Amino acid sequence: MKRQLFCVVIMLSALVAFVPQGIGYAQDTSPITDDQVNALAEELYCPVCENVPLDVCPTQACAQWRDLIREKMELGWSEPQIKEFFALQYGDQVLAVPPRRGFNWLIYVLPPIIILSGIVIAVRFVSRSKTQPLPAVEIATPADHAPLDSVINEIEQDLKRKQ
Amino acid sequence: MIGPIGYGTLVIALVTSLLAVVTSIYGGRSRSAAMLETARRAALITFPLLSISILALLILLISGHFEYTYVYQTTDLAMPLYLKIAALWGGQEGSLLFWCWLLAGFSFITLARKWKSENDLLPWVITVTSFTLFFFLILVLFFENPFHRYFITMDGQVVSSLLPPMMSLQADPPDGAGLNPLLRHFGMVVHPPALYLGFTGFVIPYAYAIAALITGRSDDQWIKSTRKWSLMAWLFLSIGLVLGSRWAYDVLGWGGYWAWDPVEISALIPWLTGTAYLHSMITQEKRGLFKHWTIALIVLTFCLVIFGTFLTRSGLLSSVHSFSESSIGPFFLAFIALMFLISLGLLLWRWNDLGSAYQIRSFFSKEGAFVLNNLLFVAIFLICLIGILFPIVSELVTGQKVTVGPPFYESATGPLFALLLLLMGVVPLTVWGAATASSLGRNIWLPAALALAAPGVALFLGATSWIALLSIWFVFFAVIATLMDTLKSIRLRSRVHKESGWQSFNNLVRHNRRRYGGYLIHIGVALMGLGIIGIEMFQTTTQGMVAEGESLQLSGYTFTYEKLELQDTPDGRNIAQASILISRDGREVGRVYPGSDYYYYSQQSVTRPGIHSTLSEDLYIVLVDWLEITAEGATFKVFRNPLINWLWIGTVVLILGTLVALWPSRERRPLALKEKA
Amino acid sequence: MTHNPPTSTRKRFPIAIALVAGIILIGMITLFAIQMKNSRQDTLEIGSEIPDFTVTTFSGETYQKSQLQGKVILLNFWSSWCASCDEEGAALEEVWQEVKDKGEIVFLGVNYVDTEKDSLAFLEKYGITFPNGPDLGSRISRLFKVDAVPETYIIGRDGRLVAIQIGPFQSAEEIRAALELAD
Repeated sequence: MKRQLFCVVIMLSALVAFVPQGIGYAQDTSPITDDQVNALAEELYCPVCENVPLDVCPTQACAQWRDLIREKMELGWSEPQIKEFFALQYGDQVLAVPPRRGFNWLIYVLPPIIILSGIVIAVRFVSRSKTQPLPAVEIATPADHAPLDSVINEIEQDLKRKQ
Repeated sequence: MIGPIGYGTLVIALVTSLLAVVTSIYGGRSRSAAMLETARRAALITFPLLSISILALLILLISGHFEYTYVYQTTDLAMPLYLKIAALWGGQEGSLLFWCWLLAGFSFITLARKWKSENDLLPWVITVTSFTLFFFLILVLFFENPFHRYFITMDGQVVSSLLPPMMSLQADPPDGAGLNPLLRHFGMVVHPPALYLGFTGFVIPYAYAIAALITGRSDDQWIKSTRKWSLMAWLFLSIGLVLGSRWAYDVLGWGGYWAWDPVEISALIPWLTGTAYLHSMITQEKRGLFKHWTIALIVLTFCLVIFGTFLTRSGLLSSVHSFSESSIGPFFLAFIALMFLISLGLLLWRWNDLGSAYQIRSFFSKEGAFVLNNLLFVAIFLICLIGILFPIVSELVTGQKVTVGPPFYESATGPLFALLLLLMGVVPLTVWGAATASSLGRNIWLPAALALAAPGVALFLGATSWIALLSIWFVFFAVIATLMDTLKSIRLRSRVHKESGWQSFNNLVRHNRRRYGGYLIHIGVALMGLGIIGIEMFQTTTQGMVAEGESLQLSGYTFTYEKLELQDTPDGRNIAQASILISRDGREVGRVYPGSDYYYYSQQSVTRPGIHSTLSEDLYIVLVDWLEITAEGATFKVFRNPLINWLWIGTVVLILGTLVALWPSRERRPLALKEKA
Repeated sequence: MTHNPPTSTRKRFPIAIALVAGIILIGMITLFAIQMKNSRQDTLEIGSEIPDFTVTTFSGETYQKSQLQGKVILLNFWSSWCASCDEEGAALEEVWQEVKDKGEIVFLGVNYVDTEKDSLAFLEKYGITFPNGPDLGSRISRLFKVDAVPETYIIGRDGRLVAIQIGPFQSAEEIRAALELAD
């Protein structure tokens, strides 16, 4: 698999190589602007060069896919339709995030679970601390560890009393 | 002769590191001083040995010994000297050797300096560092050896091996393949070493933590001994990450600095747990809290460092960072599993010795803030981990490949990063121990109100997204709260001591470098946050094809395409360079030269964006494409990246802050304040 | 996240933590081990049984592997953006013209991550007439662990893999030789 990617990347770069002078396929006759195409391509990934967004991918294959987006836009397809088309044609890995169905739900529910359990742990930890009596050897925290903190607190309290 | 010397010293280093492991374990158990001295010397000698090996490889690289596979693959005659040196870490084999050398260097410094004061911990520190080194040396020697040469066998095949195969001739290529064009950048000189320094730096505090567990010392000695190591490792890791971002920004032509690429994330996650560790460490020192947790974090950070190295080197993930396929993956897995299990076992064994003496009474206290800090960092870490693991799990379970891209990370971690910003503002206003919501509230309202001015200005300038306004508020709240607290301390001190403001400031910082270094780091991070908010939330972009003399419009700026020049360079590139005039309201703002380098040999193109940079924004122009021969039309992509420079400025502040915290405090005299009272 | 220190008064061995950490570790190691094993098998083995698959051509006909039992299948993966696919396409077509009337051998072109417009233009440009179709969702190429295009697989009459060609065939002669392996 990894070799595969590596090969594909090399292949693709070789492709670019074949057109060192660049290829002009931006059609100015099209009513769809590059910006509209890029806005959608940004949310899609190059099907062969993993982890490269389609809007910035420099290969000829990617330019073809951007043209495909343009064509579909000209036909009046909506954004979700085009994305679905791409996913169907090239597999789900072209979508920037996994489609919300089946097993993929896992990745959408885990972050909230992590955050919630973090909150629960923190609250339980502090409230458990609170309900327990302070250990006898309470804060023998040596002053040399927290020099100015405690001193400044003292001074502050002192000042408050004076006021 | 150079190659065999480099190889020979590697073999000796492998033997001495193994010797150090064995003798240090034996010496640590039997408390035999002679044995320990042997262990120490064996561990010390690995550094000079590896230095010779590194030097040998460097000489081969610089002098162009292309019969060596590694030299052939990473350099060519036309490359400038600094890139030939950087080629040392430009490929799998060399960078692993470099890794070993740094690790050996760090343990050398540790052992050379501190032998007397930490007699009981050091044997086990030697064990851990030498074992880690031993493992990496095995990888270098037996799997990724940089001293392999090319040979031509009888049947005309070219093979790469250490010793000549039967009946073969040594190949003698006149020139090398050269470094991957994407890596031919000044970033190559600084980004990998910084990252590796950070990675290997964390091995030392980990080794001390393990030593503390083995010896059963439940005090803070291991933290005291490694405080500076941890901070230094963290600093280098931070610098490495930012340099990588800057490099991506300058070279990829994506208009951004961070793409949430799995390999980027694998370098970020040890930073996340490392940062949590730095904070947890402070709490342990000041309040005796979280002793288990601190050790768990440094263990985790160490394992993630190895894990990150594993991910980039096994070829399991693909990205611009990947090295080519390699068979070392299983060894990494085994090593991580072994280290993790041993660490976990030790931690559980000593669990009851590490009780906390003090408890948290309130969320509004300083220790409460540290708990939240740790929770947030760990939550972000877990989300990132899930993000990089999920595609692999998904492919196994459903057979379908998926991508977990920026939208996931941004929406899942964005709010947590924002909370961290907020927490940075709150923490200077909190006190240790007893605190209540109202005591905190009394301190908080003024900086919070002052900071409101910033989102006000942003609103006035046309920002409408409430997320952006809120984040900007958090940034300025953090900066203002930190500054106000410092100011308050200065005023108190100058009143009590009858000093001038400047003197007080000086003395405050001198007596409490870590606190004020930390403050400066926080301000740096807040400024970085500002840059990130700027580019993430206010970036605008446009793309279009224009003929010479025509222009593109973006956010009030006009970008006029003047001309395109093509030329061949002696080092084998074809350079296309466009000239773009930027103007605003008819007045010239500047001229930039976006271009693209085409490397004939590797048949690869590398974009060079043209960037017009000011404190308030970057105008970033990429030459996407141009028409053949006539060069009369070209496609450009233009980005306007507001505030991005604050990301780099904030980094400089962060470095300064870390240096303040690291600076050795010469005098540790008792506080004069005490006498007054 | 569960590593909260217990209160110092009670002695407690954190079995839960040990379990959780252990399970997570074992899970991750297994995950990566499987992943590495899978990715190591970079190519299919000669002689292995090929699972069923269906190619739907651009013109809508379907070719299912299980229905072609008893015939030799030449499965060619290609793309219009692939630099070395054009000459190979012409060579394949040349051989196709020789074998198509006998009905013993079926050529199937599978179009790897490509757009329909560009693929059809490619087929027309190089005059390719054997059945060609898109690989929807890259399912077939995943089945064959396709690294990069072009790659060609020859499946024998018994449905087992006979030959693999990674990279382009250099000549029609090479294709004929590869097809002979199936007899």
